Amino acid sequence: MGLPISYSFRNLWTRRLTTVLTASGMALVVFVFAAILMLAEGLRKTLVETGSYDNVVVIRKGSNSEVMSGVTRDQASIIETQPEAAIGADGQALLAKEMVVLITLPKKGTNASSNVVIRGIGTSSLALRPQVRLVEGRMPKPGLSEIIAGRSIAERFKGSGIGEILRFGMRDWRVVGIFDAGNTGFNSEIWGDADQLMQAFRRTVYSSVIFKLRDPSGFESVKKRIESDPRLTVEAKRENRFYAEQSERMASFLRILGTTLTVIFSLGAIIGAMITMYSAVATRTGEIGTMRALGFKRISILGTFIVEALLLGLIGGCLGLFLASFLQLLTISTMNFQTFSELAFSFTLTPGIVWKGLGFSLVMGFVGGVLPAIRASRMIIVDALRAV
Amino acid sequence: METKIPIVEIEHVNKSYHRGTHTIPVLVDITLDIAEGEFLALMGPSGSGKSTLLNLIAALDNVDSGLIRVGGIDITGLTETELAAWRSVNVGFIFQFYNLIPVLTAFENVELPLLLTGLSRRERREHVELALQVVNLASRMDHYPGQLSGGEQQRVAIARAIVTDPTILVADEPTGDLDRVAAEEILELMDRLNHESHKTIIMVTHDPRAAKKAHTIRYLDKGILNNVHSQAAP
Amino acid sequence: MYILKLLLRNAFRHKLRTSLTILSITIAILAFGLLRTFVSAWYAGAEASSASRLVTRNAISLIFQLPLSYKDKIRQIDGVKQFAWGSWFAGIYIDEKNFFANYAIDAKNYMALYPEFILPPDQKKAFLGDRKAFCAGRKLIERYHWRIGDTVILKGTVYPGNWEFILRGIYHGRDESTDERLFFFHWDYLNEALKKTAPRRADQVGWYVIEVTDPNRAAEVAQAIDKTFKNSLAETLTETEKSFFLSFISMVGAIIVAIQLVSFVVIIIIIAVAANTMAMTARERIGEYAIFKTLGFKGWRIAGMIIGESLLLTMIGCLFGIALTPPAAKVFGKIVGTYFPTFRVEIETIYMDIGASILVGLCAAVIPTWRAVKIRIADGLRRIG
Repeated sequence: MGLPISYSFRNLWTRRLTTVLTASGMALVVFVFAAILMLAEGLRKTLVETGSYDNVVVIRKGSNSEVMSGVTRDQASIIETQPEAAIGADGQALLAKEMVVLITLPKKGTNASSNVVIRGIGTSSLALRPQVRLVEGRMPKPGLSEIIAGRSIAERFKGSGIGEILRFGMRDWRVVGIFDAGNTGFNSEIWGDADQLMQAFRRTVYSSVIFKLRDPSGFESVKKRIESDPRLTVEAKRENRFYAEQSERMASFLRILGTTLTVIFSLGAIIGAMITMYSAVATRTGEIGTMRALGFKRISILGTFIVEALLLGLIGGCLGLFLASFLQLLTISTMNFQTFSELAFSFTLTPGIVWKGLGFSLVMGFVGGVLPAIRASRMIIVDALRAV
Repeated sequence: METKIPIVEIEHVNKSYHRGTHTIPVLVDITLDIAEGEFLALMGPSGSGKSTLLNLIAALDNVDSGLIRVGGIDITGLTETELAAWRSVNVGFIFQFYNLIPVLTAFENVELPLLLTGLSRRERREHVELALQVVNLASRMDHYPGQLSGGEQQRVAIARAIVTDPTILVADEPTGDLDRVAAEEILELMDRLNHESHKTIIMVTHDPRAAKKAHTIRYLDKGILNNVHSQAAP
Repeated sequence: MYILKLLLRNAFRHKLRTSLTILSITIAILAFGLLRTFVSAWYAGAEASSASRLVTRNAISLIFQLPLSYKDKIRQIDGVKQFAWGSWFAGIYIDEKNFFANYAIDAKNYMALYPEFILPPDQKKAFLGDRKAFCAGRKLIERYHWRIGDTVILKGTVYPGNWEFILRGIYHGRDESTDERLFFFHWDYLNEALKKTAPRRADQVGWYVIEVTDPNRAAEVAQAIDKTFKNSLAETLTETEKSFFLSFISMVGAIIVAIQLVSFVVIIIIIAVAANTMAMTARERIGEYAIFKTLGFKGWRIAGMIIGESLLLTMIGCLFGIALTPPAAKVFGKIVGTYFPTFRVEIETIYMDIGASILVGLCAAVIPTWRAVKIRIADGLRRIG
C-alpha cells in the first residue's frame, strides 16, 4: 500500500512557482512536438486526399512531375484507346489530357511571389476529381480566355478572386469561378481550358493523361501494356501514389527537422524536471525518513516521487497540447522542394497526436524523476531523520 | 512488585560508526530488559548513544552484534522489508520536531500509518477519530500542521503514534521544542497513555521534568549503560 | 575577483543542481546556435551573389525558357559588359537521393563571369576543348570520389535519356561562401543532341547572366533589358543575382519563420529552467539574506549577489554551448549537406548566443531578487530555525 496521489498533488501545489516553471518547460517541448506531428499529418492528409486510388496518371518516363513531363498528341491518342478506362455518364471515356505549367504570381499583401500551378483541363477533368467542387461562378467556356481558381489561390494571390483578371502568356484571363478542393493540393491550382492555355504558352505537347479505371484492380495490366509499348515513352502511376511521391522529400525533411528539434528540447526540459525533483527530495528528506520509520517501504517512496514527476509531466503535456490545438487556426503555404510549386496545408490535430503528446510528456517526467526518486528511496532512515 | 514480562530484551548489543578509517564505538555491550507497560527514560550527555539505542529498539537501524527481541520477535534477524512491515504494526514514533507531513491535514497525518494496513476507509476513519479524541484534538482534524501550534502538532504526532495500537512507543526528546506549558501537556498525555492504556514508553530526553514522569531512568555515558537505576514516580 | 570567487563558491554549493542547470543552458545555446546556422545557410546563396551580375529569365516562371536569339539584342544594350547563358538540366546521378545542381552553360563566357570559381589553366583548357566535358566543384567530387577522366552518367528528367559526361575540370571557390557542389557542362552538347531528337526544344536557354559595367546602374540596365523584350514571344524578368536567390528563399519563407520562432521557444524553455533553479536556491537561502541584512548589507547588494550568481551560471553554460557549436554544426552539416552549400557558424550567431544567455541570466533572477530584497529581517530569520 502506498501514499495517496493527493500527497503528490499537494506537494506540487505547495511549490507553485517551481511547478509552473518546470511544467512550462515541458509544455513548450510538447507544443513543438505536437506542432511538428500536426504539420506532418496536415501534409499527409493533403496528399492522401489529393488523387484517387482509382485514377491513373500517365507522364513521360523519367519525369518527376507533370511540369517536367511531355506527352505528345499521338501518344495521348494511343493512351485514350486503353480498354481499362471507365466510361462516363455521357458515354465518353473518363479521360483527360492535361497540360501543367508553373507561373509566378504575386501574393496579396506582400511583395513576395510564388510559383502557382496552371492546369489546362479537359471536359472530364472535373469529373475525374470528385474531391473538387465548384463553389462560385461557373466552368470556363472552351475557346475563351477564362480560368477558375482554387480557393487557396483566390485567398492568397493578387487578382485571382472571382471576376478579376490575371495576365499571363500575353493574354488577360478572367476568373469566372472558384473551386474548393478541400484539403487537397488542387486547392493551390488555377484551371483553364487546355487548348487555350497550350496556345498561350506555345506548347504542343500535353503534360499528362489522366483516366479513371473501370475496375481498380485493372491497374497492373494497363500499366504493363502502356509501359512496354514501343511507341510510348511513358510511365503510369496511381494518382494518389503519384502525388504522395511528389512530397516525399518535403515530408522527410519536416520529419528529420522535427525529430531533431524535439529530442534536443526534451533534454532541456528533462533536466529541468530533474532539478526540480532533486530539490523536492532534498527538501523533504525529513518526511521521507518519517514515512520509512512509519513502515512505508522503499518502493512506496520510489513510487510516490515518480508519480509526482509524472504528474508534473502530465500538467506540462496538457498545457502544451492545449496551446498546440490553437495552431489549427493557421494555414501554412510554402514551396514544395520537389515540384517547385506552391503547397498549402494546415495543422491537423488527431487523437493519435494527443496520445503521443501525453505519452511523451509522461516519458519526460519519468526520465527526469527516476534518478531523484531512486535517491529518495535509498536514503538511510536514521540519516534522513537527523536532517530535520 | 510482580515480575513483569519483558517486552523488549536487549542482549550484548554493540554499535559503532565508521567514518573513513576511524571506527567510533557508540554503544558498548548493552544489556537491558524493558517490561511491558513500563515508562523508561534514557538520559545521558550528548553523544552518549541514547538516541542510537532508541533507533535500534525501534528497528530504524541495525546492530553490529548482539540481539534485540521485541514482543518475543528477534528483530536483529529481519530483512529491511520485514522490518518495515514490523515497524508499522509494532512501533509508534514521537519525534522532537513532530515530523508531520506538512501537506497533509491532521486527520491525514494520523491516518498515514493505517494506509499500510488492510482496513477500509470507514474503519480507518473510526481509528483516527478515536486517536484524535484521546489527544483532545478532534476539533482541529482538518487543519494543516502549519496552522497548529507546537504543542498541538506534537499531540497530532502522538495520535499518529497510537493509532495502530503499537507494542511500544518510542519518543526522542518529545518536549525538546516546546515551551513549558506545552511540554507539561505532552508529558501529562504520555503519562495518561502509560497509566490508563498500559502503553510501554521508551523515551530519550535531556529534560529532567520529562524524566520525572517516567518510572525508571537509565543513564548512558560514552555508550555504556550505567548500573544506576533511578526510580521515578511509581 | 573576490566577488567572482564568492559567486562561484555559492553556485557550487549545490554541485548537482548547478551542473544540471549549466548543462541545460549548454544544450539550449547549442540548439539555438544550430537553428540559426540552419537559417543562415538558407541565405548563403544570396550572400555569395555578386552585386554586378543580373539574371534574366522568362517572366512567366522558371519552367519557361528564352530563345537563344535574344543574345544578339542583349549584347547591344547599353551597360552590358559581358554575358553568358545556361539551362537547368536537373539530371539524376544514379538515384534521386544524390541531389546536386547540374546545368548546361555557355562555358567560355560563363567562366569569365564567375571569377570566384577557380580552375587550374590546364584543366580549363581541357574542359573548354572537350564538348562532352563537365566541370565540378571540389566538394562534389570529394563526395562521389570522381577523378579527372572519369565518365559520369546523368539520367535526364527534363531531357530524357542517359547522358554521358567526362570530368575535365575541378574548381574550388575563391571565397568561403562560394558553392563548391555544382556540376556544369557544355550547353552546345545539349543543344546539338536536341536538334537531332527534339528540334522544337533546341536553341532555348533557361537564363542569361549578365555583368554590368557599373553596379550602380544595375537597376537601370535590368529595366532596359525587360523593356526590350516586352510584348515579344517570351517576356523577360531581369533582377540582380541576389534578388533572384532571395525570391527562392521567400517561397519557403513560412518554414524559415517557423524555425526562427522555434529558436526563441528554446530560449524560453531555458529561462524557465534557470529561473526555477534560481528560485529554489533563493528560497533556501532566504535566511542567509536576512542575516546579511542584519549585518547592514543593503537590498541592492543582495540583489547583485543573486543576479551575479545567475549570470555566472548562464555564462558558463553559454561558453560550453559556444564551444560545442562548431563541431556540432559540422556533424549536422554532413547530414543535411546536400541541401546547403555551406554550413558555417556565423559570428552573429555567437553574439546572439551571448545576448541570449545574458537575457536568461537576468530573467531568471527577477523573482528571487524581488523576494530577497523585500524580505523583512524578522521573517527571514524565522525561516532558518
